[in-house]
Amino acid sequence: MTFAVVVFPGSNSDHDAHYAVEHVLGQPARFVWHKETSLGSADVVILPGGFSHGDYLRTGAIARFSPIMASVRAFADAGGPVLGICNGFQILLECGMLPGAMLRNRDVRFHCGFLGVRVERTDTPFTNRCRVGQVLRLPIAHGEGNYYAPPDALGALEAGGQVIFRYVDDRGEATEAANPNGSVHGIAGISNAKKNIVGLMPHPERACESCLGGADGLIVLESVVHALHERGTLQRV
Amino acid sequence: MKARVFVTLKPSVFDPQGQTIAEALHSLGYGDVGDVRQGKYFELDLKVTSTGAAQKLAEDVANRVLANPVIESFRVEVA
Repeated sequence: MTFAVVVFPGSNSDHDAHYAVEHVLGQPARFVWHKETSLGSADVVILPGGFSHGDYLRTGAIARFSPIMASVRAFADAGGPVLGICNGFQILLECGMLPGAMLRNRDVRFHCGFLGVRVERTDTPFTNRCRVGQVLRLPIAHGEGNYYAPPDALGALEAGGQVIFRYVDDRGEATEAANPNGSVHGIAGISNAKKNIVGLMPHPERACESCLGGADGLIVLESVVHALHERGTLQRV
Repeated sequence: MKARVFVTLKPSVFDPQGQTIAEALHSLGYGDVGDVRQGKYFELDLKVTSTGAAQKLAEDVANRVLANPVIESFRVEVA
């Protein structure tokens, strides 16, 4: 089982993801430069965090045109699991693989630190080892994580069970005070309708070892390994 | 030909930067300034000769790249 970690100019969480997959999860990981046109024999694709192309126009706005993105889309269309973390989530929004858009954090500040993230759905390849309602302690690090979707799209997300993660307080409640950036409905992560594409602002790959402040994020990576074993057939594009 | 593209957040979308600027202006004593909405402004130098072609090209660029239609709208002026 091979994880492809796509590297854009300005990615900064690519090595974190690669390290977590290879050295903590124990699965092979491979960097794929954004100018490549093939993912090779990848079974899982990770779009990592960072500031692709400097995020100068909008977050993820230029990265969506990178040559590799056609292969990422084809991989996802074939049912392959794709995880977009932070800037990777923003790229998935910009290219329309996930609905909605990102706004600046409501207080216009960059937020960095651990917080509570509640798992809302376990029917995705990245949360199937979690319990519904389980609260993960995960770090965030972003200035534009204020998720927005127009009312009709938001209604469809909620009705379709596509809200996968929500920011919560110590009691597991999705309060306004627990919401670090103003995201609508406290949304921290969503999926597409088929549930094989998941994007989230928190960084599970940075919370895979207790010596780094917490290991709650590992379950996201363990989930996708489990999902592919369950399926019995490994997706290859 | 030159085209000017104005990109603004849709009225229904909250604008954290605009609100921060409005609060700053109020604290500077500009009580007569109400709401502030921040946007982006682009000047495009286009290698086309007709107004129609310039308008079409600028709209294509704005629609595909400069603006995100989920949250933003744009206006093009050709001169």
